[in-house]
Amino acid sequence: MTDERPTPAPAGRRRVSARERWIPVLASVVSTGVVFGLVAWWVASSDYWPTVQEQFFSREAIRESFPNVLRGFWLNIWVWIVAEIAILILSLVLAVMRSLTGPIAAPFRIAAIVYIDLLRGVPALLLILLFGFGIPALQLPGLPRGAIFWGSVAMIAGYSAYTAEVYRSGMEAVHDSQRAAARALGLSQWQTLRHAILPQAVRNVLPALLNGAVSLQKDVALLSVIGVREAVREAQIYTARTFNYSSLIGAALLFLVASIPLARFTDWYARRDQERRLQRTL
Amino acid sequence: MTRRVEIVNLTKYFGDNLVLDRVDLGVDIHEVVCLIGASGSGKSTLLRCINRLVEYDDGRIMLDGVDIQDESLPQNELRKRIGIVFQAYNLFPHMTVLDNITLAPRKVHGLDRTETEARARELLELFEMGSYADSYPDRLSGGQQQRVAIVRAMATSPDVLLLDEVTAALDPELIGGVLSVIRDLKTAGMTMIIVTHEMAFARDVADRVCFLDSGRILEEAPPNKLFSDPENPRTRQFLQRIIEAGRL
Repeated sequence: MTDERPTPAPAGRRRVSARERWIPVLASVVSTGVVFGLVAWWVASSDYWPTVQEQFFSREAIRESFPNVLRGFWLNIWVWIVAEIAILILSLVLAVMRSLTGPIAAPFRIAAIVYIDLLRGVPALLLILLFGFGIPALQLPGLPRGAIFWGSVAMIAGYSAYTAEVYRSGMEAVHDSQRAAARALGLSQWQTLRHAILPQAVRNVLPALLNGAVSLQKDVALLSVIGVREAVREAQIYTARTFNYSSLIGAALLFLVASIPLARFTDWYARRDQERRLQRTL
Repeated sequence: MTRRVEIVNLTKYFGDNLVLDRVDLGVDIHEVVCLIGASGSGKSTLLRCINRLVEYDDGRIMLDGVDIQDESLPQNELRKRIGIVFQAYNLFPHMTVLDNITLAPRKVHGLDRTETEARARELLELFEMGSYADSYPDRLSGGQQQRVAIVRAMATSPDVLLLDEVTAALDPELIGGVLSVIRDLKTAGMTMIIVTHEMAFARDVADRVCFLDSGRILEEAPPNKLFSDPENPRTRQFLQRIIEAGRL
């Protein structure tokens, strides 16, 4: 016997009234406005505020220092991009070297481990001083002497040790059964790495790599200690001349403009990646 | 006549744990041998020894009369001639179905891409998977993924196909499709060693069934004999439990 009753319409989404929808929004706007307004009023009404404003937030000073700071900032960006590319490549090589198995690969494996242990355990600032002042002081023929060059080398050396470990964690997160499948198909150790493990590993750690890039973008400013005239150095030069620190705030704004979108992108990508993984397990 | 696969006195320890205890097994060309037995009886380990995914401690395995540990048969050469399908499919999630299948023919056997892709599409068509060639594995059901895994193992025309509990991870309604693919392979004359818990299937497809218990082959017989009139009391006990569970 067939059921003649019409099938009931599927239940709709729960309706949310305009009242229910807007009251929470309104409440959060009002409370945020009140709290931040009070803080601003409290700060601005302080006796010291005009001095602080003059020292740190002087529009005049920011405007005056800005062309030099901006020119310095382009150098930051340039060093950042070149170093990041070098780091991504060098650290991948290190991670692969460290993952090699078999007695013949032992020297590569050991070299990678020693490199990573040493350079990851030393402050970046120390590396920059060592490379930036130390190597040019050797006056070795045929080697470049520029502070930008050696400072970048120091950044690359230190960061690639960290990033190699990031890649390695990504490789270890690829399940062993993937390696077994690739090897069973007759792929060599290298082909297994190249076609089965690394593509998945890189995907696993892309959010962490992006985080590293954000961090590097700011750390390029450390090159100022060896006299590289990047944004912070330029701001400092202005400060030294005028005893006004607003130029540093100007530099800070530039860093924020560059790093916030990248950080947001990283968050977005990590969240999307997470959702994709969840979907896969369902 | 040399047999396709000849296993002699195979012994394997995991730590102090003896998982394969002097196993002897021969498989002829076009023969289908099913390995049955409780979990932990050493079936899967035996299978993985044959393509050296697991290295064994003692004994010998010969493929067409050549010791698989012989220098003249390096690992990759051996694996080119042996296909394996895993319980969990182990497809590469970052590659399309087509790339999963053509990876080994292209990279290991050095075949041309257009040629291998044409053959892969043919094979997929044969197994009613033609429309999924450009999908990624996570868009496929378990049964479909397992059929792709079988096609991937077959794409290099191996001499022997090893199947490791290929239906164990599948929902019941998906098992039939995978088993029918394996029946087709038998009809086509594929030499297969199959580890399975599907007794009805083993009975149907096997030329010979081996019952493993604690790393030893306790009984080896044609399916009708082994399932209807087992000689070893352990085999009887095992089959009794399977019957009680309604799986035979």
